[in-house]
Order: sequence, then C-alpha cells, then structure tokens
Amino acid sequence: MSNAPFAKEFDFASCALRPEGWNRPPVMETDGEGELLEVSMGPHHPSTHGVFRMDLALDGERVIRLKPEFGYLHRNHEKIGESVSYLGMMPYTDRLDYICSLTNNWAYALAVEKLAGQEVPERAEYVRVILGELTRFQNHASAIGFLIQDMGASGTPLMYAFREREKILDLFESLTGSRMMCNYMRFGGCRVDPSEDWLNQVRVLVAGLPRFVDEFDRLLTSNEILMARTQGMGILPPDLAVNAGVTGPMLRASGVNYDIRKVDHYSIYDRFKFRVPLGEVGDIYDRYMVRMLEMRESLLILEQALKDIPAGPVIDPKAKNRGIRPKPGEAYGRIEAPKGELGFYLISDGSGNPYRYRIRPPSLINLTVLEDMCLGHNVADVVLIFGSVDIVLGEVDR
Amino acid sequence: MKTIEEIKAGIEAAVPGAQVELVLNPGPSAQHSLRIGPEKALAIAWYLRDEKELELDFLSNVTGVDWPEKEVAEKVNVTRTVTKTVDGVEQSVEEIVEETVKRVVPGCLEAVYHLYSMQKKHGPLVLRMKTENRSDKVTLPSLTSVWRSAEFQEREVFDLYGIVFAGHHDLRRLMMWEGFKDHPMRRDYVEPDDFEYEPTPHDEVLKRAAAHREAQQQTAAGTEGVAQ
Repeated sequence: MSNAPFAKEFDFASCALRPEGWNRPPVMETDGEGELLEVSMGPHHPSTHGVFRMDLALDGERVIRLKPEFGYLHRNHEKIGESVSYLGMMPYTDRLDYICSLTNNWAYALAVEKLAGQEVPERAEYVRVILGELTRFQNHASAIGFLIQDMGASGTPLMYAFREREKILDLFESLTGSRMMCNYMRFGGCRVDPSEDWLNQVRVLVAGLPRFVDEFDRLLTSNEILMARTQGMGILPPDLAVNAGVTGPMLRASGVNYDIRKVDHYSIYDRFKFRVPLGEVGDIYDRYMVRMLEMRESLLILEQALKDIPAGPVIDPKAKNRGIRPKPGEAYGRIEAPKGELGFYLISDGSGNPYRYRIRPPSLINLTVLEDMCLGHNVADVVLIFGSVDIVLGEVDR
Repeated sequence: MKTIEEIKAGIEAAVPGAQVELVLNPGPSAQHSLRIGPEKALAIAWYLRDEKELELDFLSNVTGVDWPEKEVAEKVNVTRTVTKTVDGVEQSVEEIVEETVKRVVPGCLEAVYHLYSMQKKHGPLVLRMKTENRSDKVTLPSLTSVWRSAEFQEREVFDLYGIVFAGHHDLRRLMMWEGFKDHPMRRDYVEPDDFEYEPTPHDEVLKRAAAHREAQQQTAAGTEGVAQ
C-alpha cells in the first residue's frame, strides 16, 4: 500500500497567498509544427459520465486548451424550487446527484432545519449518519470502478464495486422503498423508523465490507497499469485547489485537511472517531487512494454508529413538514457529501414556498480546475483526469 | 472568528471610503450579512482574504437573488387640520389621523457570496452586493480575480439573473444556450409557449399545404354558392 495518504498536511504558511498565475490557466504554446486540431468531446462520449461536453484544442495528442460546456441536462431545478412547497422539494433533491440521494436529502433537511430552527432527535441523527456513510461508501466504490473502467479495464473492477453497491441499495430499498430515489429525510428527523431487523442486516453487511475493501485494494492499489496511468497525472496544487473552491476527496488528495464533518461538527459527527485521509502529490492516484481510505473510515464510523444507536423517536413529533412556513430569514446549510461540499441556501419570505432556493453543487465547482489539470496531457489522460473528479451531471447542470 | 460588527469595523478602517452595511437576518439561523458597495468591493475582498485574523480563503457559494419592484402599504400617522363643531362653535382642530400610504420599493438584483476560511476553519461570512436597478444598471464587479471558485458561479448568475460581472474574463452563459435572450431565474420571467421551436424545412412544406387547403376550401365554397 502506498504511504502517501495520512502523510503530511498542506501547510498554508508555506505558499505565497497571491501567486500571479491563479486566475487563469496558463496559455500553452504549440510546438509550431502541424496545425491545431479542435475537437468537441461529448456530449455523447461514453467517458463523460453523462451529457457533458468539452471543447479541446489539440496539438497532436497534447491538450492545449480545454473549455467545459454545460447545460445539456439543465432543467432549472432552482426555479422549480421556488414554486413548490418546502416538503415538495425533497423528492426533487434525490435527482441532483442520483448516486447519493440520501446525502442530498440530508443537506436540504439541514438547511430547512436551520431556517426554521428545528431540532432533530438523537436516533434520527444516528440513522442519518448510518445512511450517509453507506452512501459515501457506495459512491466511492463506484467512483473508483468508473475510473478504472475509463482506463480500459472493462467491467471487472466496476462489477466488484457494483456487487457491494447492490447490497447497500437493497437495504435502502427495504428501508425507504426506493433504491436510488430514497426521499427519506424529513425536516426534524426521518420518515420511517428502521426496525431492529434492518439494523441487524446493516450490521452484518458492515461486518463483511472490510473484506471487500481489502479485495479491491489488492486488486487495484499496486496494479502496475493503474500506477503507470495515474501517478503524476493531473496534478492539482493545494493553493489552486483552495482558491478554486475545490472540496471533498479531490481537495484532500491535494493535501488540504478540510473535512466539513470535522470542521462544522454538524449532526453528531463529533462523537465518532475517524481520521481524514490526505494525499501528498494531488494526482489521480492520490484521489483514488483518498477515496479508498475514506471507505475504510466510513466503515469505522458505521461500526460506532451501529453500536451506539439509541432507542427513541425518529422524528420530532412536533416537527411540521407539510405546509411548513418558516419565519422570514435566510440560512445556508452544508454537509460533506461524498463529492464535496453540498450546500443549500434558502431565503424565506414567510410563505409556504422558498423565496430563493439555491444549491451549491460540488460537482460543478470541482470542474473549475479541469483545464488546469488537463493542459499538456494526452486526450486519453483527459478521460482519466475527468473521471477522477467524480461528477454526476444531474448535479452539475441542475 | 470575529463578530460581524468587528469585521465591519475592520473593513471600514482598512478600506477608506468603503460602504458597508450590516444586514440582520431575523430568522433562527442568525447568519447576518454585510452589504458592501460595488465601488470598493475588490479592495474589500482582498482585505477579507489576506487579513491575518480572517483569512477567508475559500469562497464557497455565489448566487443571485431577484428583488422585483414592489408596493408596500404602510400605516402612517398624519396630523390634519379638521373643522369640527365643538360646543356649538366651529373650530379648526389639529388631529392625528392614521392613513395608509402606498410606497414603491425599487427593484434590484443582488449577488450573495458565502465565505469560509480553510486555514482558520471558520465561517461563514455572507457578503451581498446590490445593483442599482433590474434593467440597465446591472453591473457589479467580479470577484473572480480574488477567488477563482466564483468563475463558473458568476457565469451562472449572469446567465440566470442577468447581473453583468465587470472584470470576469470569460462571461458567457453557463446553462442556457447561446442566443437565448432572457434570464429565467428572474421572478417575472414568463416562459415562451414553445421555446424549443426551431424552423425546419418541413415548416415551409406545411405552410404551403395549409395555404393550398385554404384555397381549395374557398373554391369549394364558391362553387357551392354558384350551384344554389
């Protein structure tokens, strides 16, 4: 196993805070031979993970310029939010990042709870943590699977990941009624109380998952092709990552210790012991490795939460959901979603609909640095660098 | 983190001529914000990022809010001279009367920035900037040169709200397509009946067919009239 993560935290004092080249990626020079080829990659390219397009300028195989183009999946989610009641928006949030619907629910519920000043019972917090960490686990497993698939290992690692994801989704289905569009969290708690039987099923599953991570680790981490294709590729310097608002595993792979679970102590994350994996180089390999190690940390959190979960109500009996009318005001609530900081900004004017409903999408903002990471690399590596960002277009375009 | 009043005082001391206004949030979240004047916004942004105790190096969220023009009805106490008969004698008496006065609050567009510090691990500080109106004076300074995370988000606000960010190096629409005219997140936006309409070669054929059918019906009606 690589010794890169858990190594050294990025020292903010070590970098000048205002280097000149930040705000724009460097302008690349061609070697003067041949002509510049402009390629429109996507929106139907299989490696773009959905309807995403980038305009590339190529000098031979080398990328000289890259401009991401968005909006193919745009449905003006935020406008819908302004015309639907607060509770009515909950199922829509499932459709943002459709791989991790439960964390989307959680972030939205958290923002509305802040806006309306609602409390969440203890058992509900535990259930949220359990579901959130299961979501993070399956997201990271499939993100790694997709990354390896983009590399050309057609199928096998992705199917390993999907085999475990399937077990987790089955549990989601038996609790919430749906595998991916869970619509489970409510303002002031959760929708249904998980039975002891369901919790036991999760316990059995979580006890078996470290074996899967070990297997995955043995299969991939020291694989020669993976190392050759990812090490030193698509390096993201930590100062640029901070300045460009990159969050989540991608930020931590660059060595910046910023995990909202540790910083904000939202929900009950201060009760659990877990570490924050950090990368050293900030290349694709570190991003892969940080996800791998975060899966292990998620399992640690899950074990603790499943041990300590108390009895009690799963939703505050006085909590109002249907027809909730928060007092005029505004709130910004954010959580550490598997892909980065997912925030909801709500303004209430005292009516039943939000006056303003805004989502801070981690996937979109993490793509700000795509051009900086890709310049000078080959097209085949652009596919990998893009895959290592881990985006879902439902959230990018909203 | 310093309190918001201390930050306000710090900005006023460090940036001469800065307009900073405290906007209180009445809700339970108590996330108060600072409304800054657009003229000195960049200087304020640099100050907030580089000041040793704040170091707000992470711009998390940029968004727009539309505040259309609205009419507010207020009850005002007005002193009026009223002629009254007191004890059989007509007198003019000053009386306080409650009247409802309607006032028009001019509309504006607002850009909202949520700042955090990754280094100090504190936040959020909410900054707001207001445009003068909603139609022609909609320019605000771009903060992309301070925090690059504003790059796509300011493009999105430009696209959906129509705030023009001066100094943004690549201000294009982000979500809507090129050539789209309106700004769909504005409150008064009315979507067209068929905004995906594109002229196709079939349209001409269909138009000719419709005209032909009409002409045929007319001739049919004409011949009917003759026969009777």
